Amino acid sequence: MKPSFKDVEHLVRLAGLFLAGLLVFAVARAAYVPEDFGKFGHYRASAPADEAARVPVYAGRARCVECHEDIVQVAAPSRHNTLGCEGCHGALRQHADNPEVAVQKPDSRAGCMRCHSAKTGRPASFLNIDAEEHSGPDPCASCHKPHDPRAESGESNGQNAP
Amino acid sequence: MPGVDGFMYPNEIELQWSVLIVLYPFITGLVAGAFILASLERVFNVQAVRPTYRLALLTALAFLLVAPLPLQLHLGHPERSFEMLLTPHTTSAMAMFGFVYLWYLMVVLVVEIWLEYRKPLVMTARQSTGAKRLIYRALTLGSDNLSPASLLVDDRVGRVVTIIGIPSAFLLHGYVGFIFGSVKANPWWSTPMMPIVFLFSAIVSGIALVMLLYIAICSIRRVSLDIVCVDTVSKYLFYAFLVDFSLEMIDLMHRIYEADESFRALDFMVKTRLFTSQIVLQIVLGTVVPLGILAATQLVSFSSKARVRLYVTAGLLTLIGILAMRWNVVIGGQLFSKSFLGYTTYKVGFATREGLLPAILVMLLPFGILTVLLKLLPPWNDPEITIDEIPAVMMGPSGGAR
Amino acid sequence: MDKTRRDFLILGTRLLVMTGATAAALEHVLNGAPEAATEYKKAEHWWAMIIDLEKCIGAGHCVRACKTENDVIDEPMFFRTWVERYHIDMEDPDHPIVDSPDGGINGFPEKYPDGSGKTFFVPKLCNHCEDSPCTQVCPVGATFQTDDGVVLIDKDYCVGCRYCIQACPYGCRYLDPRTHTADKCTLCYHRLTRGLIPACCEACPAGARQIADLKNPNDPAHEYLRTHKMQVLKPQMATRAKVFYNGLDGAVR
Repeated sequence: MKPSFKDVEHLVRLAGLFLAGLLVFAVARAAYVPEDFGKFGHYRASAPADEAARVPVYAGRARCVECHEDIVQVAAPSRHNTLGCEGCHGALRQHADNPEVAVQKPDSRAGCMRCHSAKTGRPASFLNIDAEEHSGPDPCASCHKPHDPRAESGESNGQNAP
Repeated sequence: MPGVDGFMYPNEIELQWSVLIVLYPFITGLVAGAFILASLERVFNVQAVRPTYRLALLTALAFLLVAPLPLQLHLGHPERSFEMLLTPHTTSAMAMFGFVYLWYLMVVLVVEIWLEYRKPLVMTARQSTGAKRLIYRALTLGSDNLSPASLLVDDRVGRVVTIIGIPSAFLLHGYVGFIFGSVKANPWWSTPMMPIVFLFSAIVSGIALVMLLYIAICSIRRVSLDIVCVDTVSKYLFYAFLVDFSLEMIDLMHRIYEADESFRALDFMVKTRLFTSQIVLQIVLGTVVPLGILAATQLVSFSSKARVRLYVTAGLLTLIGILAMRWNVVIGGQLFSKSFLGYTTYKVGFATREGLLPAILVMLLPFGILTVLLKLLPPWNDPEITIDEIPAVMMGPSGGAR
Repeated sequence: MDKTRRDFLILGTRLLVMTGATAAALEHVLNGAPEAATEYKKAEHWWAMIIDLEKCIGAGHCVRACKTENDVIDEPMFFRTWVERYHIDMEDPDHPIVDSPDGGINGFPEKYPDGSGKTFFVPKLCNHCEDSPCTQVCPVGATFQTDDGVVLIDKDYCVGCRYCIQACPYGCRYLDPRTHTADKCTLCYHRLTRGLIPACCEACPAGARQIADLKNPNDPAHEYLRTHKMQVLKPQMATRAKVFYNGLDGAVR
């Protein structure tokens, strides 16, 4: 015997409650999901742009070259000619934007030894020395120009370049 | 590095998932297990366990309501957690679990409890006044019909809901297992056995919990417990435990036999950093001893009093063992380096957001909620029909004597 | 041609270049910062990285540059890129000894002075996998791969559940305690979109790290990949990682 409506009426009330819940869910979805979500994939479409908007801190070698062509010329014959300037001088975008901003000169010993001290595991193709044996306590610049460190190019004159 | 032995990738020294994430599968496991016990009577007609039916449902509800809490305490941005429901990533087990949880809570648990309790809710509403009446009227959703036909509808629909509820309970905790089991980056977690092992250990823990609660509540209420019921529940606990134990042994033996690249590192970890929690707590105290006790009660005759004491002991040890299992999976999976060259240590704080104190409070809260539920929806002593109501009941809403 | 004309031409070119450079510099100064190049089209690029382990000297410039460029947190020490040193005792090759003091940010103190065994350096970073397990598990869509092949994190959407950190086989992710969101290497996406190279590649003194645009037919990466034996980390994970290593020893985890 099929039940009358009155006998299932309470189930209808329950169903109504669930429908109300689904409605709340639909409204929340419309209100809170970012509009551009899902355009390129399951993410906020403007998220890559947000990441790209970050301001670079390193200028990049190409920008240094724009003004310092002379140093590039000095370094050209040496193995330092491919080095990024900021590897030794630190991040320089602020200086590139405003040349008044000073550029730090790396310590002439610690700065050089970070790469050139002989250490187990360093490939032989990369020039390295034992600093004590090589030059005792003397700074590297007493014999080498930082931008053109070849033996034949002589010592650094302590100035900006070469 | 303090607390680090050997080498770990620099970013993996600090654990990502804390003790709160250990509690989460424990709690959802209790829910699934309690429900399976309830379904034993409803679907498989094991009449002996009827006295635990409503208690099991309320226990499941109390614990399921608390389950999101440890997660919210863990999230970096809990205020954004609704994103999981609004923009769920369908490839993420964690996202889909949000819907499994909601489905289980609303469609299975709430509906089944409501249908089971509709009659006493209506009766209580009719017999009370003032604020209490308002509360109960709200709980009945305004329904006042207690005709035999409507009660039959309740029973039939309730049975269907329970039938749907069984695979739903399997899905609920199987999914939690899958959240871990599907992470190929972590060899301690990555195994197809994970959802199944989680599910069966959940069933074991849920049955043990309801059994303990039933014994405790009978003691608090000073009523004599139904010994046949308790005997039957513990018998099912024993069977479930045997299956669970076998599954975990299969997983263990498989790992030992295949001995893949991670095996030596994991083996070392178990024998050192996880020795207490895995060997002592989970395996010996938490599995072998309770299995032995339960086996003894099945094979040897004890007095009722002795049996109940043994069940309580076995039940408590079981719960400790299953909690230890969750700890070993979650924390254990983060103690070793993915380079297999090192180990770290888990430092759990006390009064921090993810420390021991919130963990203890999270575990106590469901019992508080259960106390409220037991008052609101007592599993026993349904209101009797009063003299004044006889004509209404006998007439039925459609009029005419029955 | 005679000396004066040649000199004039060189001087003229220099002047032209410097005028152009000055004009560009002036524009930068006026604007305060370089704008993201409006002509950057995602569909024209597919980013990867080539690391030549035969060149890496373990200087740690890359780690330092990355921290500076991307404001990576120092306390606690997390890394978007780091360098590991492997030392293999030939008597016991199954158990390499690995260390990474502060990620290699200050280089590596000498530990194997007698030069025995095999020692080498391995820089690591996010592999920007094509089949990345981290984007697969994110429950909300806060981490994803862009159309140009870079895996990014949406800091405004991440809920901080840490599932992605668990799912990464390479250990390249961490939770930034300042934002309470996941964080990792972005391949300096903000630099790539401006035509610049990532800070780590810029800073490497040995030229061991090279950004590669696989959709650019003129990129030297194509020839490099064709002529060298390349490996990715943990190939058994089938993540289709896009950081390719030359000279990767089998002992590297």
